[in-house]
Amino acid sequence: MKVRVEVFLKPGVLDVQGKAIEAALGGLGFGGVSDVRVGRIITLDIAGDDRAKAEAEAKSMADRLLANAVIESYKVEVA
Amino acid sequence: MKSAVIVFPGSNCDRDCAVAIERSTGSPAQMVWHTETKLDDGLDMVVLPGGFSYGDYLRCGAMASLSPVMAEVKRLADRGVAIVGICNGFQVLCEAGMLPGALLRNAGLKYVCKAVTLDIVNGQTRFTSAYGQQREAVMTVGNGEGNYFADTETLDRLEGEGRVVFRYRDNPNGSSRGIAGIVNGAGNILGIMPHPDRAFEVDLGSADGAKLFQSVAGSALQPA
Repeated sequence: MKVRVEVFLKPGVLDVQGKAIEAALGGLGFGGVSDVRVGRIITLDIAGDDRAKAEAEAKSMADRLLANAVIESYKVEVA
Repeated sequence: MKSAVIVFPGSNCDRDCAVAIERSTGSPAQMVWHTETKLDDGLDMVVLPGGFSYGDYLRCGAMASLSPVMAEVKRLADRGVAIVGICNGFQVLCEAGMLPGALLRNAGLKYVCKAVTLDIVNGQTRFTSAYGQQREAVMTVGNGEGNYFADTETLDRLEGEGRVVFRYRDNPNGSSRGIAGIVNGAGNILGIMPHPDRAFEVDLGSADGAKLFQSVAGSALQPA
């Protein structure tokens, strides 16, 4: 099953990449842009056809490796 | 003193650490590859060196924190052996959950490489006792992700328990409360972003890093 894990810095954690992109967008003339955040998307294929099991497994992967709970939150989507 | 330097794929300060330990304490260090599943029980200190373990993939230190040798590093840490994580090693210790917090991208976005002056906030630790009355130390930083982050509650606890050991005089990377180095609750695990291993003799610009290793040697069962 195709699984997609989105990882983002938690609100309140300074996202310097987002800030730099925001400034660059302003430089290009895009006005009124704020709160630019940069995340990471990890896609993977989990064998089997049990959606719930794949989701639980992906969450476990996110908890243990894909995201760092101190600074990041994540969202799991099973296709 | 018996010490070991762990070598991860992508470590690049492992040799610096070994030389720094030997020159500072008089005792050589063993080099241990990260796939090792047994560390010597007689070790007094284990150093996780700086560098770019696993090419900083995913997050700095994330992959290295899962290396086979880390189970052994944790076992020795639980027994009270001194563990020192320098730069990438600090990131590995945070990712392994052995120290609180995380290291974010530098607030100024740039890789920062320069000498910094540190306040020795707690001179009573196993890693700072040899500094005596000295209240500041000069070492160099070299990091792109050295911006120490922890939630307010954790920061308050670290400060309240005297676990902030080193603080930047001029914060180079946006670290919360200028934190450059912390210890765990038991006081035997140190994470430090600046490099004592690049400041162990005057010819390097500063010899202040040597005292960190000498402090550990002073607490060792088999002194140098």
